[in-house]
Amino acid sequence: MSATLLKASCLACLRGGRLVFAGLSFRLDAGEALVLTGPNGSGKSSLLRLVAGLVPAFAGTLDWTGAPGSIAYLGHQDAVKPALTPRETLRFWGAAAGAASGAAAIDAALAAVGLDGLDDLPCRYLSAGQRRRLALARFELGRARLWLLDEPTLGLDIASVARLEARVARHRAGGGIVMLATHVPLALDGARGLALEDFAVAEVPL
Amino acid sequence: MRAFLVLLPRDLRLALRSGGDVAAVLAFFVITVVLFPFGVGPETVLLGRIAAGVVWVAALLATLLALDRLFAQDYEDGSLDLLVLSPLPLEATVLAKALAHWLLTGLPLILLSPVMAAMLGLEARVWPVLVLSLLLGTPCLSLIGAVGAALTLGARRGGALLALLILPLFIPVLIFGAAAVEAAATGLTARPHLLLLAGCLAAALPLAPIAVAAALRQAQS
Repeated sequence: MSATLLKASCLACLRGGRLVFAGLSFRLDAGEALVLTGPNGSGKSSLLRLVAGLVPAFAGTLDWTGAPGSIAYLGHQDAVKPALTPRETLRFWGAAAGAASGAAAIDAALAAVGLDGLDDLPCRYLSAGQRRRLALARFELGRARLWLLDEPTLGLDIASVARLEARVARHRAGGGIVMLATHVPLALDGARGLALEDFAVAEVPL
Repeated sequence: MRAFLVLLPRDLRLALRSGGDVAAVLAFFVITVVLFPFGVGPETVLLGRIAAGVVWVAALLATLLALDRLFAQDYEDGSLDLLVLSPLPLEATVLAKALAHWLLTGLPLILLSPVMAAMLGLEARVWPVLVLSLLLGTPCLSLIGAVGAALTLGARRGGALLALLILPLFIPVLIFGAAAVEAAATGLTARPHLLLLAGCLAAALPLAPIAVAAALRQAQS
């Protein structure tokens, strides 16, 4: 496997006519993790959406050496349909990601987030934390090299946070890259931090 | 191709589980058609003359009813972000979703249309042309409607905006569709009108998904 890496240079993000951050550069090699910190509105989510390719960068360049479709993204919303069961949800997202998602793979993904036993219950009966866990279970399917997690711990209980930390460590051990935004301190060995407030642009009075 | 296998079962399952939607569209179609005899009076000759136009307009409005939800739910719950990011080509995803919309609205409308035509007193020999015109026309409505649904994503009062945006674009389809039935009813050949409808479909089939995909990517930012 060739070394995958993510490289950003002089990124700037414009949102609602306001520069959220500018001059942002970083480089992530295989197995590395980057934790984004900063106050609300400092552009953590914007940066993750930008890296995912959902929004274009206002300035700067972004290089991702992985194949197209090798990025897995978790936003604020869980993309969980109330009418589908967790099993159907995972089967759908697994198939959309091009992964062979047999029953065994889905069982494993559900077990990884502790949702085994709830697999045939419509998602409308799941709690917010359980939905979040289901959204995180998607990452077990497919071959994504780059994980982008926006507040992954939202609504998670302590055991689930520990499971998430272990999964991130396993993903990194396998050469994967993780970028996550969080307000909750997570135990991630050797993760680098990026404080987005350092790249904030001062308002220039006209 | 894979996009169809992945998205079609999901969208159909979602629509059938949440129920209601398909039934509401069909009920709307039936009620709209039924309103006309009350409005214009029970003259069989007059109703028979306007039957084709009435069924077509009712089908068009019923199609519109379900359109604003085509992408809205996926947009609101974050699924759309993931669909845009997935390795499936977005154009194929869009086409699959439009096909699901047609299977859930257009197809049942077509199956009901002879009943409605009979109720309005349209001659039985014209029914096949009506069905054929709807068979060619309603997929156009779903495809053109998808463009509007994508463009109005995230807009306040998107439903009203969608109708304003899309109804004028439905006019050519309506003209050719109603004209085909009209021609058949007066003993002329419906062929040129049906060919023009087929032309609309042939244009919408490749072009609409491209436009929708572009609009959806735009809606992300």
